[in-house]
Amino acid sequence: MPMSGNAKISLKNVKKSFGNKHVLNGLNIDIAEGESVVVIGGSGTGKSVMLKCILGLLEPEEGEIFIDGQQLVGARPSVQEKALRNTGMLFQYAALFDSLPVWENVAFGLIQAHGMERGAAKHIAIEKLALVGLDADMAHHSPADLSVGMQKRVGLARAIATDPEIIFFDEPTTGLDPIMGDVIDNLIRDCTKHLGASTLTISHDMESAQKIADKIALIYKGGVVWMGPADEIDHCGNPYVEQFVRGDINGPIELDILKP
Amino acid sequence: MEWNFLAAIGRVALRFMRSVGHLSLFTVQSFKHIVLPPFYLRLFLKQLMFIGYYSLPVVGMTALFTGMVLALQIYVGSSRFNAESAVATIVVIGLTRELAPVLSGLMVAGRVGAAIAAEIGTMRVTEQIDALVTLSTNPYKYLVAPRILAGMITLPMLVLVGDIVGVSGGYLVATESLGFNASGYIKNTFDYLEARDVISGLVKASVFGGIITLMGCYHGFNSSGGAQGVGRATTNAVVSSFILILISDYFLTVMLLK
Repeated sequence: MPMSGNAKISLKNVKKSFGNKHVLNGLNIDIAEGESVVVIGGSGTGKSVMLKCILGLLEPEEGEIFIDGQQLVGARPSVQEKALRNTGMLFQYAALFDSLPVWENVAFGLIQAHGMERGAAKHIAIEKLALVGLDADMAHHSPADLSVGMQKRVGLARAIATDPEIIFFDEPTTGLDPIMGDVIDNLIRDCTKHLGASTLTISHDMESAQKIADKIALIYKGGVVWMGPADEIDHCGNPYVEQFVRGDINGPIELDILKP
Repeated sequence: MEWNFLAAIGRVALRFMRSVGHLSLFTVQSFKHIVLPPFYLRLFLKQLMFIGYYSLPVVGMTALFTGMVLALQIYVGSSRFNAESAVATIVVIGLTRELAPVLSGLMVAGRVGAAIAAEIGTMRVTEQIDALVTLSTNPYKYLVAPRILAGMITLPMLVLVGDIVGVSGGYLVATESLGFNASGYIKNTFDYLEARDVISGLVKASVFGGIITLMGCYHGFNSSGGAQGVGRATTNAVVSSFILILISDYFLTVMLLK
């Protein structure tokens, strides 16, 4: 896997196991500045574990993870905290804080990590909510009052609230109807282009991946088996990619289920 | 067969040691973040209200009826050797040294410990704690430290209220149904009461407050497996708080009697 010297995010030979199960087997991936990379792959192939390793939520056993050239594996918590200050994250189920109203969820990073005064942070939060198509009336609602699609949009507003240089998306369209999925894809594309952010998305939704990605990487058994431009995925000739795109049970990708 | 038995004992011992290790690390991290800035004053005040103010009814009711029952029972016992005058003193010492802190601790463990474990456990399984980390916020500092500090401060306050309410309950029963003279009862209550009786109860209460909130946070923080996991965390938080309160009560009593 080629390594660019000035990658915004770089994973080198990252390995992570849980007991005897080797989830990441020497994973390598580079994301350049302003680039949108979508990592696709079946369930249990290590996509979420990769993301958690980058975010410092899990510690890899081996390998290196760089954000803006700063090595994070084994680094002090303060170093990881500083690196993450420049990032945003949209969780699969939004992971909004139930105890806070919508605007405080969006303004959380501004107030806690950037020390912004609450009034100014609220003003920015309402601006960001408008960017994702939610009006100011929503700001005082509890996250529990919102639909799943609205929660995802609030999660997106929270991810972009601090104008981060890097944004991570975990299955952004999972659990949404096709129309709302399309709305979220468009918002992701528009917001990230507007910010000029580098993005790493994990997904198994091919349509969504092709819409938001500059590059797509297929991960299988904890390693990247193909990575290339999004528009080449349909005719890349890689048997793993072809099987995944076709959704075919027959092919090099082995499933942990009994074939009928 | 013997080897299987030995292996089973070894596994249990290892699991126990691992849990003790995890809890010790969690405790050290939590107390480190209580003393190191930044401090979340708003969250701390919110917890003071939740743990302290909203527990007043349950602690008050517990103390009131305990004081009333205590007066009745001690009267039955002391009247057997004509020592009825000791009722007031035994009620106040029993309450301040032992019953108010322990019973308040158990009641607050049921109310607050369970709520903390359920709230933090839900935050864990819905990735809200992970979200805190991605927003450059330390979950120990944001979730755990304000709760433990509030628990250690509010429980002594609750116990002080419980002492007053409990003694009042004893006074009511003694004067209204046992025929005690009101001023004599009050005199007997305060004449033999020492500051150390009250203070030892408050020290115990502070430790119990720390135990309850620590157990709630620890089990919630380490919950996994969805709704069932949160339920398990809540049960474990309450049961472990109960056990640790009762065990630590004995050792604190031994220490404070010296």
